[in-house]
Amino acid sequence: MTEKIISEKAYYIIFVLLLILTLTTYEGAQVDLGRWNTPLGLAIAVCKAALIVLYFMHARFSSWLTWVIISAGLFWLGILLVLTMSDYLTRIRGW
Amino acid sequence: MSEATSILESQFRDLEQQREVASLGMWIFLMTELLLFGALFTAYTVYRLSYPVAFASGSRDLEAGIGAINTAVLICSSLGMALAVYGAQTGKRKRLLIGLILAIILGTLFMVLKGVEYYHHYQHREFPGLSFDYSRPRAREEQVFFFLYFAMTGVHAIHLTIGILLVAVIFVKAYRRAYSAIYYTPVELSGLYWHFVDIVWIFLFPLLYLIDVHR
Repeated sequence: MTEKIISEKAYYIIFVLLLILTLTTYEGAQVDLGRWNTPLGLAIAVCKAALIVLYFMHARFSSWLTWVIISAGLFWLGILLVLTMSDYLTRIRGW
Repeated sequence: MSEATSILESQFRDLEQQREVASLGMWIFLMTELLLFGALFTAYTVYRLSYPVAFASGSRDLEAGIGAINTAVLICSSLGMALAVYGAQTGKRKRLLIGLILAIILGTLFMVLKGVEYYHHYQHREFPGLSFDYSRPRAREEQVFFFLYFAMTGVHAIHLTIGILLVAVIFVKAYRRAYSAIYYTPVELSGLYWHFVDIVWIFLFPLLYLIDVHR
């Protein structure tokens, strides 16, 4: 078995981090940061997702092929959002 | 060693390769799930940018407290699945069984809380198609928010239900000692699926519940 086994302690640490980040998300939303509220919420969500993907889903210790598949999925999502929004955000109303 | 050779299928070089291929298969499936939820998130993005005020007021009608608790519930359930996989990997039967049970119980708790929320939405007439108050200001635009809310949390809830059933089956098999440190692939793959469902919720929570909630 050449697969690296993540320690139980690491899982508990990541778990606590996730709960702290959840609290941060909730409390951060109660503060008026103007147009930065949503980017902050999303940034925290990305951090939480990264922790889960890397440690709970073992991606950190997975093969490069696993990384290729994850990257492909994320890249696809990027294309979907960028191309769709570049359409909608460049529409001029009234034409 | 004969147990290991009976698990190994003939097309694989060794158990490690077999395990990795199974994992890759689940990752590819999870990426197709990313396609599904990605499309919903994109629709959300388009309409939120079109109707920012209606989305904010619709979001304020949601119960962010329950949403936050549900987020914590799912994170705890993910810890359960991670510990279950760890238990399977290291032959620690108690970790495996308790982790799986934790995931099932907490996943079910999430569904119960969601059901309570949905019932409140129905009572407060925030349920497009079933009971919606069209006399509210910006009703036309707010109904888009609530439609997306129900579509996104609904599809998520369906996925979570499938996950709970899946983990329940895995639990029965684990109880009957179907898994060991040599073979625990179904536990690992169920874990991957479960974590993905958790990640989807982690994005749903701030985007649906926390739009301009500061007073």
